[in-house]
Amino acid sequence: MAEGDVLFVDVVAADRRVWEGEALSVILRTVEGDIGILPNHEPFLAVLVPSAAEVLTAEGKREVIALDGGFITVAENRVSVLSQYGRLAHEISIDEAERELMIAEKKLNEGDNSEQTRQHHDRATAQLVAAKRAQQVR
Amino acid sequence: MAASLRELRQRRKSVSATKKITRAMELIAASRIIKAQQAAEAGEPYITEMIRAVSALATYSHTDHPLTEPSENVRRVALLMITSDRGMNGAYSANAIKTAARLTERLRQDGVEVVRYAVGRKGITYLKFRGIDMRQSWEGFSDAPRYEHAQEIADVLIKDFLTPYEDGGVDAIYGVYTRMLSMIDQTPRARRLLPLEIVEGVHEPNEGEVMPLFEYEPDPESVLDALLPMYVRSRVWFYLLQSAASQLASQQRAMKSATDNAQQLIESLTREANQARQAEITQEISEIVGGAGALADAAAQD
Repeated sequence: MAEGDVLFVDVVAADRRVWEGEALSVILRTVEGDIGILPNHEPFLAVLVPSAAEVLTAEGKREVIALDGGFITVAENRVSVLSQYGRLAHEISIDEAERELMIAEKKLNEGDNSEQTRQHHDRATAQLVAAKRAQQVR
Repeated sequence: MAASLRELRQRRKSVSATKKITRAMELIAASRIIKAQQAAEAGEPYITEMIRAVSALATYSHTDHPLTEPSENVRRVALLMITSDRGMNGAYSANAIKTAARLTERLRQDGVEVVRYAVGRKGITYLKFRGIDMRQSWEGFSDAPRYEHAQEIADVLIKDFLTPYEDGGVDAIYGVYTRMLSMIDQTPRARRLLPLEIVEGVHEPNEGEVMPLFEYEPDPESVLDALLPMYVRSRVWFYLLQSAASQLASQQRAMKSATDNAQQLIESLTREANQARQAEITQEISEIVGGAGALADAAAQD
């Protein structure tokens, strides 16, 4: 890796830009498993599963972001992560995420297996994991 | 005399009451349009990134996928029409409805059946009044849509798209929305949502530049499968955001001209009322003078 190479990362949710900036690495989970992206990665396009992504910023900070699925594209050191309801982990309250997860789980247990409920569950799970991870990082 | 003074004053009072209402609505629309525009701007990065990814995928992956391949034989299409929930916004809804009607006409001429989906109470009422069937309709969020709404609509469209023709499925999806070009220019647009309209030439690599060959995980087809529903949602989301901003801009303009008209009406009514009052006074004076003259004449004769 050439000295001074950085990734330009752009994380966007449907209704806003979640995070944007330079980063040294990005770690996230695709349908095939965890993947870490470093500068000069080959062009890459993958589907993500609901999870918490970690971005190591150029200033050496760790940014945790909750993703409810979506996908990632990498090309020429530009990383874009698209996730419909992506959120920064430190903006999420653990209590709220737990409550949401409980609601979704209750619905699932009652036999409601609709697309909406499953997405709700995925989203809540990802947010809870991300919120907890953000606490550890700090 | 054209109208009595009392009547004129009454009319002026009612017009100024109307003016107060339209003025208030103009101000409300003006304040909300800023919010709608901000929402439209905030949603932009997602939509642009989505288009970029889908274009790259569809252009360079060389996979045949039902969502990207135009069906040879289009027999039934879905038409999503976005209008407003309430009136008082000039020709906004009427223009969208007209555009949808033109598209329907064109498709009908090609022998294609059109299935309608309506967003916004105005469009729904229009179709209901004419006894035109709709497969599904949504209302209540035309001026402040949320992403969940777009998702709900898009998921219904995708489901019908993936259903075979024999079971009531559609071969293509069209959307009619109003594009917000500027505060004074909003045009209704009709666009094909699916199968994808990949604009050739736009994303072609330049001379000497090599377009990155993506590595797909798990594989191009599964990625397309996962991506396209998100793409359709993002398009519908874009349509809703644009339409909401257009609606408010249109409302502001309509209310502004209504306020101006009311002001003009008030002025001309005031003038008429003054004239009527003056005429009344003149008449009274001439009656008194005439009466006094008659009395003086009578006294002189005695």
